[in-house]
Amino acid sequence: MSIQIIKQGMADSIQDNGRYGYQHLGINPNGVMDPIAATAANLLVGNDLNDAVLEMHFPASVILFKQQSLIAICGADLLAMINDVFVPVNTPIIIEKNCVLHFKKPLSGARTYLAVKGGFDLQPWLGSYSTNTKAVAGGFEGRNLKKHDEIRFRAAVQKYDAVLNGKDCEILQWKASVKNFYAAGNILRITTGSEYDWLNEDAKKLLLSSSFTISNQSDRMGYRMKGDNLAIENKQQLISTAVTKGTLQLLPDGQFIILMADHQTTGGYPKIAHVISADIPTLAQLNAGEKIQFNIIGQQEAEGILFDQQQQLQQLQNACSFPLLKFKQQYAIN
Amino acid sequence: MKSPLPYHILPLGDHALTIELGNSIDASVNQNCIAVFHQLKQAGLAFVKDIIPAYASVTVVYDVTAIRKEKPSAYLFMKEKLEILLAGMDLDQPVSHRKIEIPVCYDLSLGIDLQEMSQEKNMSIEEIIQMHTNKSYRVFMIGFLPGFAYMGSVDEKIITARRIQPRTNVAAGSVGIAGEQTGIYPLDSPGGWNIIGQTPLKLFDAKRENPVLLEAGDMVSFTAIDINEFHIIKGSI
Repeated sequence: MSIQIIKQGMADSIQDNGRYGYQHLGINPNGVMDPIAATAANLLVGNDLNDAVLEMHFPASVILFKQQSLIAICGADLLAMINDVFVPVNTPIIIEKNCVLHFKKPLSGARTYLAVKGGFDLQPWLGSYSTNTKAVAGGFEGRNLKKHDEIRFRAAVQKYDAVLNGKDCEILQWKASVKNFYAAGNILRITTGSEYDWLNEDAKKLLLSSSFTISNQSDRMGYRMKGDNLAIENKQQLISTAVTKGTLQLLPDGQFIILMADHQTTGGYPKIAHVISADIPTLAQLNAGEKIQFNIIGQQEAEGILFDQQQQLQQLQNACSFPLLKFKQQYAIN
Repeated sequence: MKSPLPYHILPLGDHALTIELGNSIDASVNQNCIAVFHQLKQAGLAFVKDIIPAYASVTVVYDVTAIRKEKPSAYLFMKEKLEILLAGMDLDQPVSHRKIEIPVCYDLSLGIDLQEMSQEKNMSIEEIIQMHTNKSYRVFMIGFLPGFAYMGSVDEKIITARRIQPRTNVAAGSVGIAGEQTGIYPLDSPGGWNIIGQTPLKLFDAKRENPVLLEAGDMVSFTAIDINEFHIIKGSI
């Protein structure tokens, strides 16, 4: 059985944790913008943490469920409803067959993730379910989802009649608390880039003291930032090298772009800094118009924060697997 | 005799590092990058997610969390591993390059900037085509788009700066010149290169087992075909 898109969202796509091993061919990793939210959605329904999820923005897809399902919605709170019942984020939910999941209003965050128990029945491309819209490959037909698309489930049909008891949905009684995974106050931590020292002293100060606004020209490829111009002393031409998610590329006009999940594999602009991996989820949940500030930390510290984050995610998985197991036992579900 | 390899390792964010082997667009520097890329791939290092050669560098993307489970620093661990491998590398071995011939139709309907280039350079279109087909080009690196090969260097007489106004759509297969580089658009894409022709071959095809035709280190030459041959080859792919 399956879900069907009955109204197209703005730019909704299938993603997993990314496609690695092909950047030497110019094929970039893609993958979810917010790996914390995507992982939380998967762990709440008991999936593999790298299973494909549906990444959505507001206005989001309207989705018809053609079978009973265990689902979770994590990330941005877009005021989700199942038929006429409000349902929370970060909580497992059982949805009845022929019910419609829709989103009313963006309350917080920029991207929300839908995981269904058992995952989606799709063909991986080069080892990943992530959508590469440029290559028109991966995900669902290599493109964003549109009206009438039907995505089949991988797992066998489960019966949740006893849980639903005639209702459209049942909100289960545990949550994945993810607040602590996100940086407070829109202050993102960065490490210095290979051309950081090209910035003059004023520019170095501005990078840390000034706030920068996410412009409208921001998407899955990168966030174009607006703020004080950062001047460089070295005007020499750089030759292209590999870039990565989180790289701050300084443009000739003194403004910069922060590379996100769909970034190109190489670039020739000065790399002045890098948002640390652990703060990418925070950045992924910010919208155009929001302001951010930066704080420089060391390479080792950045690694340590990422490692701790992954450990906490592991603990969260353990904490959520227990109630899920009890629930399955109670209703004799696989 | 092994000659020591001049290099410099620096972090790229908190989950990758770049081995810099030079700072110019130069065939011998690039040759070292390709050799390092192949030898690192062959070494099959644990925790490595991607190895990305560029003009004068090789970047290694690694799994920080997995390394940190065993070592205090993922960066220092990878750096040390790479230093040992680099010290043992023999880069003076003769290397074989794949030689790839690419048919290109330089018909004015496809080489949409040929006329302008011809006027600007005060050269006939035939001369431009002859210069472009006269030599073979090194694929310095792949980037920008899946399978986009940066090749060089063109004869200095046909060096042409990027267009001031990039086009919103350049057709897949279009062969272009930007500065001293020549390249082929693998997909329909916005682009600012000067388009001199089009190949009927697919530089990128997601359905192929190896979706990308050209790889860094390949030597590429272009053969002129007419518009009829172009359509015959295109129709047969």
